[in-house]
Amino acid sequence: MSKFKEILLTPIFKDNPIALQILGICSALAVTSKLYPTLIMCVALTITVSLSNFFISLIRNIIPTNIRIIVQMTIISSLVILVDQFLKAYDYETSKTLSVFVGLIITNCIVMGRAEAFAMQNTPGVSFLDGLGNGLGYSLILIVVGAIRELLGSGQLLGIDILTTTQNGGWYVGNNFFLLAPSSFLIIGLFIWALRSWKTEQVEEKEFLMSKNAPKEVETHHG
Amino acid sequence: MVEHYLSIFISSIFIENLALSVFLGMCTFLAISKKIEAAIGLGIAVIVVLAITVPLNNIIYNFLLRDGALTWLGYPDVSLEFVGLISYIGVIAACVQILEMFLDKYVPKLYTALGIFLPLITVNCAILGASLFMVEKNLDFGESVVYGLGGGVGWALAIVLLAGIREKLKYSDIPDGLEGLGITFITVGLMTFGFMSFGGIIL
Repeated sequence: MSKFKEILLTPIFKDNPIALQILGICSALAVTSKLYPTLIMCVALTITVSLSNFFISLIRNIIPTNIRIIVQMTIISSLVILVDQFLKAYDYETSKTLSVFVGLIITNCIVMGRAEAFAMQNTPGVSFLDGLGNGLGYSLILIVVGAIRELLGSGQLLGIDILTTTQNGGWYVGNNFFLLAPSSFLIIGLFIWALRSWKTEQVEEKEFLMSKNAPKEVETHHG
Repeated sequence: MVEHYLSIFISSIFIENLALSVFLGMCTFLAISKKIEAAIGLGIAVIVVLAITVPLNNIIYNFLLRDGALTWLGYPDVSLEFVGLISYIGVIAACVQILEMFLDKYVPKLYTALGIFLPLITVNCAILGASLFMVEKNLDFGESVVYGLGGGVGWALAIVLLAGIREKLKYSDIPDGLEGLGITFITVGLMTFGFMSFGGIIL
């Protein structure tokens, strides 16, 4: 039982898909300017990655190696089309805001990366849990980024005023920087810093150590 | 005529740079940019894949999928646009698989250097994104060749630039937790601000 728990929980903090495995970053930048579409996106991705892991693992022994990418892509795109149709049927407004990005789940590397790295070697049940864990790890970062951007950019959370902006007669001057996509790069960068200050084993080795009290000439020599 | 193609080429490299203005293909962009050499290899792979897949998808879109495209078969009312996504990705996956077998056999050094990121070119959103933009901009065949090539060159340029910065960055004294991925994110954020200055230029 503890093994299952480990597979589910490891990707959330210890082996986070965005912060450590560098997977699925594009959508983290594009959909996070408001919190509600971010949440929908997280749910859609988590469902897709868990189910694609499950189905790919189910047929992993009969996929010929040479055409495995095409087989995986077919499974993933069928699932994404299902999610897309479901969203269009039950939450049309959000599906319009997200339209392109739901389609782009096909090219979200978390789905494909986990299929290649995990589902091809493991049994269906475990693969499903791995997909679920990675989906949650992705959601964690997206929700943090989405919340910061909506709060500081437009003073709201899920469309509810938290910091009333000057346009609505309040005191808070919305920071337009956070409505631009580049801001999410900086937020994710700082989030990684915070995460690695807590889980210090994730810190990457320096290739060159700065010597203590190094004379100026030595420093400039490298630069 | 040449001017028209040249302006598509220039604008797809600088003004609508796939990596730094539209934020596509970020995963490989961040992961393979540690060394200039590997970045150049991946950049070339992306240029090749884009230059092949965008015109191919253009042919498929114009002769099979778009509204009224099947007139030559005698079905003028049929529109297959809803299977667009899956056919583009099919073409891309097939191309990447062929490229993978080719590299494995003839350029094994590049094959090992690219590792898991070669199959991941399939899911590089820059590749699918370029095909979708091609459809959105309604390009003809000649334009799509130029656009695919330009988009690839732009992406390759961006990753080589980032690799250049990162090769210098490893000599600097960065706080422990920010070392590696963290500082790379912030660097890319600043680079995208730089590329925003190309926005709005009309050729």
